Amino acid sequence: MRAVAVAGVGLTKVSEHWEKGLQDLFTEAAHKAFEDAGTKEIDALYVANMGAPILQGQMHLGAMLADALGMRGVPALSVGAASASGGVAFHEGVKAVASGFADCVLVGGVEKMSDGLPEEVYSILAMAEDQEYTAYTGVTNTGLNALIHRSYMETYGATAEEIAMFAVRGHEHAVGSKHSQYPFKVAIDRVLASPMEADPVHMLECAAVGDGAAAMILMPADKAPEGVEVAATSVATGPYYLAGRKDILTFDAVKTAAERAYKVAGVTPDDIDLVEVHDETTITGVISLEDLGFVEKGKGASYVADGCTMREGEVPTNTFGGLKARGHPLGATGLYQVGEVALQLQGRAGPCQVEGAQVGLAESLGGLGSTCAVTILRRG
Amino acid sequence: MSVPRYWRETKYRYRLIGQMCAQCGNAGFPRSGVCSACGSVDLEEVKLAETGHVVTWTVVRNPPAGYMEYAPYLVALVELDDGVRVLSQLVDIEPIKVKTGMRVEAAFRRVKVDGGSGIIEYGYKFRPLIE
Ligand SMILES: [Zn+2]
Repeated sequence: MRAVAVAGVGLTKVSEHWEKGLQDLFTEAAHKAFEDAGTKEIDALYVANMGAPILQGQMHLGAMLADALGMRGVPALSVGAASASGGVAFHEGVKAVASGFADCVLVGGVEKMSDGLPEEVYSILAMAEDQEYTAYTGVTNTGLNALIHRSYMETYGATAEEIAMFAVRGHEHAVGSKHSQYPFKVAIDRVLASPMEADPVHMLECAAVGDGAAAMILMPADKAPEGVEVAATSVATGPYYLAGRKDILTFDAVKTAAERAYKVAGVTPDDIDLVEVHDETTITGVISLEDLGFVEKGKGASYVADGCTMREGEVPTNTFGGLKARGHPLGATGLYQVGEVALQLQGRAGPCQVEGAQVGLAESLGGLGSTCAVTILRRG
Repeated sequence: MSVPRYWRETKYRYRLIGQMCAQCGNAGFPRSGVCSACGSVDLEEVKLAETGHVVTWTVVRNPPAGYMEYAPYLVALVELDDGVRVLSQLVDIEPIKVKTGMRVEAAFRRVKVDGGSGIIEYGYKFRPLIE
């Protein structure tokens, strides 16, 4: 297996891009990544997406987007793992380069969510779960988050305010970020005064709808001296049904994926200088920090409230705002996370820079933690 | 929603049928091809308990397509008296009166009016148990 590096990163701003379609966004991100890497000689294309079959009635994204890039002939396919699609596509792209099967790969994620009506977006989010026995109950993605959110408060005595601080921290970090959807501060009082989305989860604790595309060029590390080394990628699945879990406050897939990734990279949570976690709501951010090994189970919310996840804290978390403030364009989200870690390690994070960062981790979830992709990058 | 797709789930949804592992006795819902405890494929269908308690719950305020007419509605994770857990709507109670741990029982209710093919879907919901 060859060492692999991220040779180029291209991120579009997460926003409601009314004037741009799926192809426009994807090609914009891809061209930025080509420019960053100084090459467009790719020999494989991986596309991460979740909602296009419903939102645009569009399948077969690989061929469509390869053509849109003027790259007919290149093998191309889309990777689907719900909102973990980006993280899983990255893993697949790394495998292709590491194995020697490809020498230069474009991994790009795209989601054009504002094409959907609100109830269609809720339906798409619920498609990550079993349609016959989970979505069938009418529970939404946020509703599932709410079930564990309440249980977390009742089990560990965490307060609504402590958990909601996860959203406040994200917004603090997003200030000054060029690609983040909501780069401004939001006070804790405003979060807690926002309407309930699914009790006890407030609207301002949830990632909002946003369009975006993120792309990365992967190459053998020895051919990309300016790149960032991929120290490990790992994908794991966990119990699919919330009702079938012995412990609903632990994401087994996160623990499994993280253990594997730490082992491959030869690091421990103590070595990680910054982390991007999948805070589709505040509670998934909190539980992710615990299951990745940064803080003891049940202590995650107070850890966040105490400031340990701030830029100058113990584990700077969601340094461009996370899903809440950078935004959550479903299939593209995991690639924003990895791209952000790369920018941090190259010292290109601008006002969001974590000083001296050497090793960073990205964690991406599909469904309510039934797929987890963990990526660890290291400064080359 | 096609008719066969609806029809093949009716037994399980109408009667709350789960599966029991013939090797280790672990019960689960919904049915699957394998025992989640021991991995055995030696499985039998079993009628689950119709009473249980609320483990955790929420109020869905922004529903997906097809559920608009019921919103806002309660969804709970229910642990049945035989230990099997089921996700379900909770009905016949105001959200303000719901308590974690409260006793509930299965009820047969309309779940959804399907758009395209016009199927009216029924199944289990849970309601407070009057003891
Ligand atoms: Zn068994």
